[in-house]
Amino acid sequence: MFNLNKNKLITLLKVQYSNMLEYRVEIALWAISGIIPLFMLNIWTNNNLNESINLSNLMLSRYFLSAFFVRQFSVVWVVFTFEEDALLGKISPYLIQPLNPFFRYFAQHIAEQITRFPFAILIALIFFLINPESVWIPSFSLFLLACLSTFFSFLIQFLIQSIIACLCFWTEKASSIERLLFIPTLFLSGLLAPVISFPEYVKSWIYITPFPYLIDFPANILSGNNTNIIPGFFMQIFWISLLFPIFKRTWSLGTKKYTAMGS
Amino acid sequence: MKISNYIKIYSLFLSTSIASELEYKTNVIIDFITAILSLIGSIFLLTIFFQNTDNIGGWKFEQALIIQGIYTILNGITNTWFNPNLTEIVKHIREGTLDFILLKPIDSQFFISLKKIAPSGFLEIILGFALLIYCIKINQITINLGFIILCLTTLCCSVGILYSLWFLISTTTIWFVKTWNATEVLRSFLYIGRFPLNSFSISLRVFFSIFIPIAFITTIPSEVFLGLAQLWEILIEIVVSGIFLIVSRKFWFFALKYYTSASS
Repeated sequence: MFNLNKNKLITLLKVQYSNMLEYRVEIALWAISGIIPLFMLNIWTNNNLNESINLSNLMLSRYFLSAFFVRQFSVVWVVFTFEEDALLGKISPYLIQPLNPFFRYFAQHIAEQITRFPFAILIALIFFLINPESVWIPSFSLFLLACLSTFFSFLIQFLIQSIIACLCFWTEKASSIERLLFIPTLFLSGLLAPVISFPEYVKSWIYITPFPYLIDFPANILSGNNTNIIPGFFMQIFWISLLFPIFKRTWSLGTKKYTAMGS
Repeated sequence: MKISNYIKIYSLFLSTSIASELEYKTNVIIDFITAILSLIGSIFLLTIFFQNTDNIGGWKFEQALIIQGIYTILNGITNTWFNPNLTEIVKHIREGTLDFILLKPIDSQFFISLKKIAPSGFLEIILGFALLIYCIKINQITINLGFIILCLTTLCCSVGILYSLWFLISTTTIWFVKTWNATEVLRSFLYIGRFPLNSFSISLRVFFSIFIPIAFITTIPSEVFLGLAQLWEILIEIVVSGIFLIVSRKFWFFALKYYTSASS
């Protein structure tokens, strides 16, 4: 099912990277559209809302900037591309190739993140110019851990969306399911408010769900806020290993179900 | 063409696009659930903000709910009309199908802005109004005819500004071709409209009043709702809305001069 080797992977990445560079203005706009966490930071500090959660203005600003970064490098949109390809019948030629089409989408995402990188850095620099006191350099090991957990967060979201994308084989339009799932992701992942600020009745169950591990957990590592690193990674790996077989199953069922458009 | 013709054409647009949307019935239902969850989510976020304080930017929780209500209505309108139509402009320009619209003996802005409709936004509009009615109850607002007229006027002006913003940004595709993400930027900035303008720092407040007039879109109608708005604020809102509508129309015709159809 997954016959992938190093050469194929590198070629895919190269092709997609040059493809993404063509769309750099678009990607820059994507990067800008991700600055909601920074607006949220403004509400938090301007109204002193953080006094109650024992988080200084400084740590909160680092948290929200980290959340911005984690979000930049874990945005997934595979379902929208896949839906369009499925509706227009572009999936058929991909299926003939001896390569699972999701590798193509995966390479697209990675290439897009590389293209996005300079823009994200630029936004961070502007942020530091406005808030010079919040500049920090995470220790190397924490930085590596943060990168790893961001990648895991990306993987979790990529797997969830790929499963939803496979539903296109049955319903044709699956992106509405993704929009539905995006709502809990938006409010519970820590993008708009750190998870520690959530009321007790939510905190009691939220750590079992995948949501806090998408933004809150990597952002806490990167910003140097307190977080349980080992249980966090455990949960991320748990969700990946749970979702991967589901994806494989829906993919194999879906391709059997697939009837090419216009045939 | 006469107005009656436009009304006739619009009713045709309505029936065709609703019919095509209802092809995907489960989608409509899922979108309904999304709208409800989205409202619950934003109220949840508000309760987090109000956990240990009784006001943000001088707005009490009950008052901030009004902003949520107005935001929900406007978001519903965006999802019903602006989003499905104006994202289509990009497609028309990329694929060169704008030619077919320009050739029709009908106003191109009318056609482009109202061709499609996504019925799933209706629920959001209803939810928003329901929330507003609940807010009237908990804020003990007395209703009279003048109040209703003022509220509807400011709300209409907000819709006008919102539409013009969407339309202006979509029009820029004539030069840049691939800017459908620009509408994403607008979308994320509009997200700020869920919160009272006073809850932001001065610099952001200025930014959101002048460059992207989000202040006018949700905060002033909410103030009118609470009976707190000054007369000059309402007048400014009406003037701003008028200017935006005129500019967006002029800009469209200006941009069309630069339209060189695809593959020609």
